[in-house]
Amino acid sequence: MNRVFAVAAVVIRELIRRKDFYVLFVLTAAITLLMGSITFFNEDDIARYVKEICLLLIWLATLVIAVTTAGRQLPAEKESRTIFPLLAKPISRTEVLAGKFLGCWLAVGITLIVFYLFFGVISLAREHELPLVNYLQAVWLHWLMLGIVAALALLGSLLMTPAANLSIVILAVIGIWTVGEFLNRVAAKAGGVSGWLIYAVYYAIPHLEIFDIRERIIHGWEPVPWGAVILASGYALVYMAMLLAAAALLFRRKPLT
Amino acid sequence: MDTTLRVNHLRVEYPAPSEPGGVKLAVNDLSFEVRRGEVFGFLGPNGAGKTTTMNVLLGYVNATGGSAELFGVDVRQPIARQRIGYLPELTYYYRFLTAEELLRFYARIFGLNHHTASRRIDELLKLVELDGVRRRPIRTYSKGMQQRVGLAQALINDPDLLLLDEPTSGLDPIGRMKVREIIQRLQQQGKTVFFSSHELGEVETVCNRVAILHQGCVQEQGHVSDLVAKYQCDLEQVFLKVVGYPSPPRHE
Ligand SMILES: Nc1ncnc2c1ncn2[C@@H]1O[C@H](COP(=O)(O)OP(=O)(O)O)[C@@H](O)[C@H]1O
Ligand SMILES: [Mg+2]
Repeated sequence: MNRVFAVAAVVIRELIRRKDFYVLFVLTAAITLLMGSITFFNEDDIARYVKEICLLLIWLATLVIAVTTAGRQLPAEKESRTIFPLLAKPISRTEVLAGKFLGCWLAVGITLIVFYLFFGVISLAREHELPLVNYLQAVWLHWLMLGIVAALALLGSLLMTPAANLSIVILAVIGIWTVGEFLNRVAAKAGGVSGWLIYAVYYAIPHLEIFDIRERIIHGWEPVPWGAVILASGYALVYMAMLLAAAALLFRRKPLT
Repeated sequence: MDTTLRVNHLRVEYPAPSEPGGVKLAVNDLSFEVRRGEVFGFLGPNGAGKTTTMNVLLGYVNATGGSAELFGVDVRQPIARQRIGYLPELTYYYRFLTAEELLRFYARIFGLNHHTASRRIDELLKLVELDGVRRRPIRTYSKGMQQRVGLAQALINDPDLLLLDEPTSGLDPIGRMKVREIIQRLQQQGKTVFFSSHELGEVETVCNRVAILHQGCVQEQGHVSDLVAKYQCDLEQVFLKVVGYPSPPRHE
């Protein structure tokens, strides 16, 4: 386990030392503040509008960070050839993969905390209240969702070139966010073979949209029932485990040269 | 006689759709032994099969035929690699880490405790003369310094056998000399060193024995002095003869 943590620590260090995260954070902050300074809405609308924009930007920025960080790990090991001295040491490929995933997931967690602290400050400044439980639920569910995304990008990096992986995973995730929940209705309408195919997709994809409780914190609704949060957590962990198991199987068989 | 490394009738084929038969024969019926405490030079032109042989020893590539052993254990068993250090060719270590952080990472993989790791890291950074830049990111290092970081990581577990794949390729004369000195110092400490190269000058000065590889086969092996005596010329010309080039005209 210490070996897995050692690998994870390197991933986290890399994220902290790279510029991507800072650039995305500054962009998110700048756009949010700019939107907040526009005054063609009345006070109530503007607070909601600024929160909405800020959350959307946070969702996009952290998606990009999760996919690029996870998708880069194994190709970079191969590109720089560090995989060779690493695997010459007493560590298995499965441990390397587990460490990479853990590092990505924790690193994404750190970025989420930074982003949501900014969001907290913004909404506190606008509305003078901070529904802490809702925000904690939002960060937690968001983090689980990005865990699935990171596992997906890690798996994809074993199957595709880094550029293809990046675009496909990002598109797939955005696709699931937007139409994932309606696919069963689309399937019912389509009927026939294509209907069955769409049903198959509907049941196979991880339903990332269930982790999205932005509406609740924009409008200040009640927190999600804890039972639902626990259920969603289990759902996310099962998906992560399946994706990582598939990645480990592939990685163990993959020739290094 | 203690044999640290033994390769026996090793054969390695790579799948290669473009080749006739669909396979590329990279190593063909390769046999040699390295004894404890020896510095053994594994020579051959580019494409001779040196890296492929190393990859078999490290378990990255499976042999098609024959066998290879480290310390008497088949290389297919991970335990065979407990006591080795490996320097791959042309590796760009994690650029965002410092030399110290890199070595600490590898020490953790070996399960060294903090105290032992610190002591080893201090020793190794002094040995490879990177003590002064230990807190600088590897990205700022020259090629020679990167190669010495590589040597340091290969030594982190105080291995008994070192596998070095072209440790001096791409280095300037000073860099090469430094690596050579380190290899000699390791031999004085009783380590076994197996290294590949096509730089014959350095091989002549540091190696006890050599094997000359060409197109996947060992063409010649033995003590450097014996080979020089047998062919009546220096190692470079032995090498050229063995790999089948006509010897250049002599200017006397
Ligand atoms: N992964 C691979 N797939 C196909 N052929 C390979 C692969 N790796 C090496 N080869 C071929 O095997 C031969 C030996 O290569 P290598 O062991 O790298 O030589 P060296 O290290 O002595 O320069 C070369 O002809 C090379 O092209
Ligand atoms: Mg080579």
